[in-house]
Amino acid sequence: MKRLTRLALTFFSIFALLMFAGVTTADAAKGPAKQKNIILATTTSTQDTGLLDILIPIFEKKTGYFVKTIAVGSGQAMTMGAKGEADVLLVHSQAAEKKFMTDGNGVNRRLVMHNDFIIVGPPSDPATIRQSKKAAEGFKKISLSKALFISRGDNSGTNAKEKEIWKAAGIQPEGQKWYQQTGLGMGQTLNVAAEKKGYTLADRGTYLAMKKNLGLDILLEGDGVLLNIYHVIEVNPVKWPKVNAAGAKAFADFMVSKKTQAIIKTFGIEKFGSPLFFPDAGKKLEDLGK
Amino acid sequence: MTANEPSMPILQGENIQVQRGGKQILDVSSLKIVPGEVLSIIGPNGAGKTTLLQALSQLIRLGKGDIYFQGKKVGADMAPLDYRRCLSMVFQEALLFDTTVYANVASGLKIRGVKSSEILSIVNTRLEQFGIGHLRDRSAKTLSGGEAQRTSLARAFAIQPQLLFLDEPFAALDPPTRETLLEDLNRILRTSGTTAIMATHDQGEALRLSDRIAVMNEGRIVQIGSPAEIMNHPVDEFIATFVGVETIIEGRVIKCERGTATIAVHNNGKSPAAHAFPDSGAGSINSNPTALLETGAKGEEVPLLEAAGQVRPGERVFCCIRPEHVTISPGGRHDRSSARNAFPAIIDRITPAGPFHKVHLNGGFPIVAYVTVQSIEDLDLQAGATVTASFKATAVHMIRRG
Amino acid sequence: MEIIFEGIKQALSLLISLDPEVMGITWLSLKVSGTATLISLFIGIGIGTAVALTSFPGRQIVVGLINTGMGLPPVVVGLFVTIFLWRNGPFGNLEILYTPMAIIIAQAIIATPIVMGITLAAMQQLPQKLRLQILALGATRFQMVWLLIKEAKLSLMAAIMAGFGGVISEVGASIMVGGNIKGYTRVLTTATVMETSKGNFDVAIALSVILLLFAFAINMVLTRVQQRERPR
Repeated sequence: MKRLTRLALTFFSIFALLMFAGVTTADAAKGPAKQKNIILATTTSTQDTGLLDILIPIFEKKTGYFVKTIAVGSGQAMTMGAKGEADVLLVHSQAAEKKFMTDGNGVNRRLVMHNDFIIVGPPSDPATIRQSKKAAEGFKKISLSKALFISRGDNSGTNAKEKEIWKAAGIQPEGQKWYQQTGLGMGQTLNVAAEKKGYTLADRGTYLAMKKNLGLDILLEGDGVLLNIYHVIEVNPVKWPKVNAAGAKAFADFMVSKKTQAIIKTFGIEKFGSPLFFPDAGKKLEDLGK
Repeated sequence: MTANEPSMPILQGENIQVQRGGKQILDVSSLKIVPGEVLSIIGPNGAGKTTLLQALSQLIRLGKGDIYFQGKKVGADMAPLDYRRCLSMVFQEALLFDTTVYANVASGLKIRGVKSSEILSIVNTRLEQFGIGHLRDRSAKTLSGGEAQRTSLARAFAIQPQLLFLDEPFAALDPPTRETLLEDLNRILRTSGTTAIMATHDQGEALRLSDRIAVMNEGRIVQIGSPAEIMNHPVDEFIATFVGVETIIEGRVIKCERGTATIAVHNNGKSPAAHAFPDSGAGSINSNPTALLETGAKGEEVPLLEAAGQVRPGERVFCCIRPEHVTISPGGRHDRSSARNAFPAIIDRITPAGPFHKVHLNGGFPIVAYVTVQSIEDLDLQAGATVTASFKATAVHMIRRG
Repeated sequence: MEIIFEGIKQALSLLISLDPEVMGITWLSLKVSGTATLISLFIGIGIGTAVALTSFPGRQIVVGLINTGMGLPPVVVGLFVTIFLWRNGPFGNLEILYTPMAIIIAQAIIATPIVMGITLAAMQQLPQKLRLQILALGATRFQMVWLLIKEAKLSLMAAIMAGFGGVISEVGASIMVGGNIKGYTRVLTTATVMETSKGNFDVAIALSVILLLFAFAINMVLTRVQQRERPR
């Protein structure tokens, strides 16, 4: 019996070493030439829609690159780019992006697509925002009626948009009892809002994906300010020589290419009945709208 | 049985010194052990017995000193590992491995890379030899104290050591178990002729097993010799007390003639002579030629002892008398034996001491005697009774004072 | 409650149907955590035994550090490993960030102190004189250490299981240094977090159940080895 343990142990060790080797050679296969890897920094909400799960494989197959999609909060994604730790960004945070560009961290900021934000809340709509057309107005009503509002509070693109609207409405919600910050992703925040029967600002894509189980209604939409605009930005290779400039450009080109834009146009229809995104490559910002 | 022919010692330690915490805990200038002998090391706790064993077996590092095995210096002529493989050690705790008895006994052999097929016969023999054959496949954790120690011994013997070290191996066992194991060990040591060095605080063990006994105190060997030498001729009062000399009398040599010394006893107690025997006559001291008395400087009566030995008049000595050598006779009468020392004494108290009783007497100086329970009954000895305590001159062993 | 049963049902169906993505995630989890545990085993038992059996100046501080390391927050480890493996960090040239190797490194760093600390305690618990007894049986220093390790087998196996348990369940560091990249660095724990944040609780529960099942299976094997050979 003892020999059996010894045998088992040796076998296991060899097996484990092989696994280890397997894991490492798999790495090597994916990136013998440094330039094979592209680090794409994007947001959790973007990844959660599932769009990238469709697009990335197509891109990889076409170009042979290996894309490492790192989905984090918008703030972190921008910071990664600002430190040269990512090659290309796909983000939706206008103000932060502008700063990114003026700081010289990025090149070739190109419009890719947009979706929009919606204000969702309990079907009973205690703050009666259903009638309003403007987002700021809706927020004012929520504040006045002290209805429960759930914020992501995580410096994400969504969060930035939300803060913009509060500012426009002239309201400081922080610290008020009806204003709660989760610090969580969009999906989880929606769940919290649903649980607590509160209002929240969400991107249409995530909402649609979760709509079935939520029990929240769309109460305000269509205001221009609610547009959620996606840009692809290549990290500045002059500032950060280690970035895969060629790969970044290839990916960015891919995102705005006709074929890709066509895919974006129809993404989501099958599953949710309406598309999650609207392709905008080449358009001017002012021309955007539903 | 001290070896007279200079046979090559199997083990020799020179200038062995060990320090711990800044203190010198072992300092043995020279120790020679002949092949086949059984040496016991006795001494109080903290004397350094364990340290000496560990130093000799090279299980601990020496501060200074050399060990020679069969003439070869360990560390220079002989690799420490090779030396270690010539010896074995058994501790007070059995320290068995968490496996079967068989595997334990085989462990030393496995360490040496002996083939499994060979191990089988060797281990089985040893198991039988130590009477634990029926425990072969038992888990070592389930053994009794005695069984565990037998396993430890079997394990030690399985590798056929040329030197066997034992560090108080039976101290944790109950007396009957100790008794049986002692017998078995004795037999096996004699038949195999293994050289053994054993530390023990049980003098009975030492007496039974050993060819020589070494007494240790405060890191040094203070006396080494045959059991008889140690027991009957301790070289100082410490050893004397330690080995069980119960009566130690301080005195001054008055004269020494033809190998017999006469010693005047320094004592604090008054001689009971005057009070104990109010009626003279047959039991009177004065009619007893051997109960010598002298008139001391202050006019008190000083008892005199006769002891066998060679000393100079005027010397101050300790007289050691083992309790086994003191005879008690009732009243003032005494047996007409060749005891030259006979003192009237009053029994102070009688305390049980194993198979004997210790009778504490006051004969002008404290005397302790061992008497069998039977004798106590026969002679009707009790506290307060008057008796005569006597002992031969040869039973008095003198230690020079200072 | 309903949702948990749903999750369990889904877990079983995913397993039985050998859903490729789930299989891939599971296999990667086992590979990565298994390798990390193996590394921690060698380093942890090695150093733990060495510290237990020797004395040297500053030993107590070292022991204190090891004991602290057992409670090292995995997220902190993830953060520091990320900083080291960044492109612009000291080891950026190795391009290990966002690869399974990075997760192995982070998990090994998390598991090693655990294995080390428990090994240290286990070896110190052995009777002092046992070392001398083993030497007195003619063992080389190496044989002695090996025999002592065998004597402490019960506790050392517990150490390994603790190390493995710590990393198979780890998520914070794994997300940070791995990036949770689909089909590449996505493991059971990181996938569970992602599905939860997306609101796909049923999938999340299914993945959790699978994780628990495999963790139990592996620990059963290790337990068998630990408890084996106990003669009556």
